[in-house]
Amino acid sequence: MEKTETLPPSVHSGEGIKIVRACTINQPAGALFQFWRQFENLPRIMHNLVSVTQTSALESHWVARRSRQKTIEWDAVIINERPGALIAWQTREGSEVAHAGSVRFERAPGNQGTEVTIAFEYSPSMPELAKLAPKLFGKKPGQQIEADLLRFKALMETGEIPTIEGQSAGANQHTEEK
Amino acid sequence: MKALCWHGKHHVEVEEVPDPKILNPGDVIVKITTTAICGSDLHLYDGCIPSMHKGDILGHEFMGDVVEVGRAVKRLKVGDRVVVPFTISCGRCFYCQNQLWSLCDNSNPNAAALELLNGFSSAGLFGYSHLYGGYAGGQAQYARVPFADYGPIKIESDLADEQVVFLSDIFPTGYMAAENCAIKSGQVVAIWGCGPVGQFAIRSAALLGAKKIIAIDHVPERMKMAEQGGAMVISSEDDVIDLLKQATGGRGPDACIDAVGMEAHGSFYDDVKQSLKLETDRPHALRQAINVCRKGGTISVPGVYAGFLDKVPFGAAFAKGITFKMGQTHVQRYLTPLLKLIDNGAIDPSFVITHRVPLADAAQAYATFAKKEDRCIKVVLKP
Repeated sequence: MEKTETLPPSVHSGEGIKIVRACTINQPAGALFQFWRQFENLPRIMHNLVSVTQTSALESHWVARRSRQKTIEWDAVIINERPGALIAWQTREGSEVAHAGSVRFERAPGNQGTEVTIAFEYSPSMPELAKLAPKLFGKKPGQQIEADLLRFKALMETGEIPTIEGQSAGANQHTEEK
Repeated sequence: MKALCWHGKHHVEVEEVPDPKILNPGDVIVKITTTAICGSDLHLYDGCIPSMHKGDILGHEFMGDVVEVGRAVKRLKVGDRVVVPFTISCGRCFYCQNQLWSLCDNSNPNAAALELLNGFSSAGLFGYSHLYGGYAGGQAQYARVPFADYGPIKIESDLADEQVVFLSDIFPTGYMAAENCAIKSGQVVAIWGCGPVGQFAIRSAALLGAKKIIAIDHVPERMKMAEQGGAMVISSEDDVIDLLKQATGGRGPDACIDAVGMEAHGSFYDDVKQSLKLETDRPHALRQAINVCRKGGTISVPGVYAGFLDKVPFGAAFAKGITFKMGQTHVQRYLTPLLKLIDNGAIDPSFVITHRVPLADAAQAYATFAKKEDRCIKVVLKP
């Protein structure tokens, strides 16, 4: 059964910048969908998110980092959902970071698990989002989403995300950002 | 604890650093009993590998005793004596499950950065730059070992550290280089470079049934060690191509192993280009191998390359139908079979050791090894 809500588009046709990234994860689609649909889980893999809170069956409130001190917030609504296969959402009308996104889960050939495809579309005409886009999506479009996807894959396949944060080093080691 | 840290080109120091901690549930901490300096550490020492940070702990050939285990670890317990592969592998991705451990999808925390450079990321490595994960290495008193259920091999016999420590890298690396040649009985294998990997490639080629092994180097003590391993030796200062053709009845070797890699000596052209940063690697051995390998032969490359090569005769390789096999070693694949070879006496890897020094003297040992002084071939460090 499809759960949908009809909203005016947050990014008008033809004027959005679209980012699509895919990755194959050695796990069944159901388990991946379940993790993703629990939006509260996403800050574990998406390092720019501070928190996501489910506010109703279809609505959620997102808080992201825009700089070391400041955050930015928006509300999103699920506009299409097929359990085990697809989640699509868009921001509520009037958001200063209007965008739409979807994540698809499809069985990969040859028992290699599931192909996960994330798509984001945002409007470059919004000055606030134009400034924020490199932070949310990476300096090179998609770079940040790529890193998020790789963390998702590692967590789903191994139960942990590889890290060196907190390891030993000699003098003068500057902890560098990714 | 004490650890050897990288601070820049030709600048490493043993210093006091914090002890490692468990950071992920699959980690263990190993108290190191024996560690070593690898020829590939010299690429870091010479400043040829990008994305090194001041203070990085080097070292990827080590063994010791497990002193702490993460909560998800099932196969190891405190007190186990283990050798740790230099490749960090998750054991559960497509690549690990297909025995391609060094191509692991999940062990590199910096995978997205390496993807930008290489198209895809490969496994994280101990002490081998931040593009390969930035993991602290094992030239130290303790090391944190991630994904510990899928790497370390337990040593339950009374074999000495020096007999088994090289399971961590150079023995499997030399062995995979020889195995990649798909040696059939009666075949001739030529090996460029008689450093430690070359030495293990020579002995592995013999174990795999090569009829004749020809080794190429210019350092007398290395040439002598190659001869002791059963190789016929050619000086790289002579006309290598001519001599290899003579030694093979004009056919050229059936397989060629480049155990030299990106810092080959002997080409003025490459020295100039590399110092002007017009190329990153000096592929002199590789060019010779492509030229002299017999038609339809195989070139196996265990020597490390990191960037872009210039004047590689790809046309010759194409015209002769050469097969190339290369890459970081899938160490985990070889641990059990090679331990068996050591156990039954087919090989004693400690033959390669020329220097035994305390960890405290590691900085001096790097200099000695880099300059090939004091007949240095392989250094083991005692923490």
